[in-house]
Amino acid sequence: MNRLSQLVEAALFAADGPVSLNALGALDRDASRSELMQALDTLRSEFREGQHGVELVEVAEGFQLLTRREFADSIARAQLVTRPRRLSGPALETLAIIAYRQPVGRAEIEEIRGVSVESVLRSLQERGLIDVVGRSEGTGRPLLYGTTLEFLELLGLKNLTELPRLEELSVALRSPEEASGMG
Amino acid sequence: MTNTALVDADRPFLVELESFSGPLDLLLHLIREQEIDIADIPIARIADQFLDVIETLGLNEAANYLEMAAWLLRIKIQVLLPRPFDDENWEDPRAQLVRRLLEYEQVRELVRWLEERADLRSAQFGRGYIEEPPVLDPTPIQLDMDEMMAAVERVLEAIPRRVLHRVVPRPLDVEGATERILEMLKRDGKMRFAELFDDYSTVADVLSALVAILELARKGRIRLRQRKPFGNMGISDESAVTAG
Repeated sequence: MNRLSQLVEAALFAADGPVSLNALGALDRDASRSELMQALDTLRSEFREGQHGVELVEVAEGFQLLTRREFADSIARAQLVTRPRRLSGPALETLAIIAYRQPVGRAEIEEIRGVSVESVLRSLQERGLIDVVGRSEGTGRPLLYGTTLEFLELLGLKNLTELPRLEELSVALRSPEEASGMG
Repeated sequence: MTNTALVDADRPFLVELESFSGPLDLLLHLIREQEIDIADIPIARIADQFLDVIETLGLNEAANYLEMAAWLLRIKIQVLLPRPFDDENWEDPRAQLVRRLLEYEQVRELVRWLEERADLRSAQFGRGYIEEPPVLDPTPIQLDMDEMMAAVERVLEAIPRRVLHRVVPRPLDVEGATERILEMLKRDGKMRFAELFDDYSTVADVLSALVAILELARKGRIRLRQRKPFGNMGISDESAVTAG
């Protein structure tokens, strides 16, 4: 491991969440982007081949050191950490719709779910999983919502393109264009 | 929520409303339970079953379901109406319902995917673990008036002051608080510290009450209990115990 790899390792150890490539770049201004990627690759294989308890994971448009899955139960049993609370069904339904249709307004989410979602939206926003990303041009200029980096982090996704494509799902569906034309 | 038993012609089945995230979820459940082809829904039967279930709902929960019930009934009627032979624009009134159900099924499939991913992720821990505060044994209060006033001073100092305009500080009303505490104790024998306040209580009110209970405890009139640091304080009437 060269010095840059060690520096990256130290930074990821110190950080309490995923660190973006840009943020890592600030560690050493002389390091080029490809040198940084190289350092990350070195670190990743170092953890993989060196029989470590943690691994380098690419998540939420950044990089993070996480404990390996096989140790989860032992760590939780020793009560060293608590697993995050699981999201409720209504919260996940709302998140799924926002993830695919963002930026999306409340009315469209309610049309799909068939229930009012005001309080679910508020609690998702409080948890930082969604945020207001703009306003619609429509009547009353309703707020539009989108998912956040915390959403990706919660699911361990690198970015939104990792979500399954709608064509891959077993249920066929009308397109969003068709949907917007309906009462 | 109570269980609602629906009796189908062939077999009875149970519906537990709380486990549904909305009317579409309930509708899908009814359809799946009876192994109905989603493209050919026996709308009259489904609408009646749906109505049976929502009859058990409270008003607040019912709102979301009533809209669906009304829609189902409208479709039921539209299906019953005779339709003109030559109308090429005729669309099965159930078509939109089918579209919504399929769309909702897709959302459910995505939810399952999200759940799996969230479970996988939650089996890995990052850094940033914050230690829980240690559990301390309750200690008896041992301090004199000067130490107490010094503590009050420190609390007051710690309150950030952003002076935009000067207000005359409201003096502490320890006598008033003492009176209130004794009155409440006389009535109930014991109480919690938090019961002394409501949404409109000011910092001065809290401090007045704090000084009052500390003084009362010092005099042996009341007993204070706090199970954990920063936890709620229990106040009980000590004079009543010794007197009785």
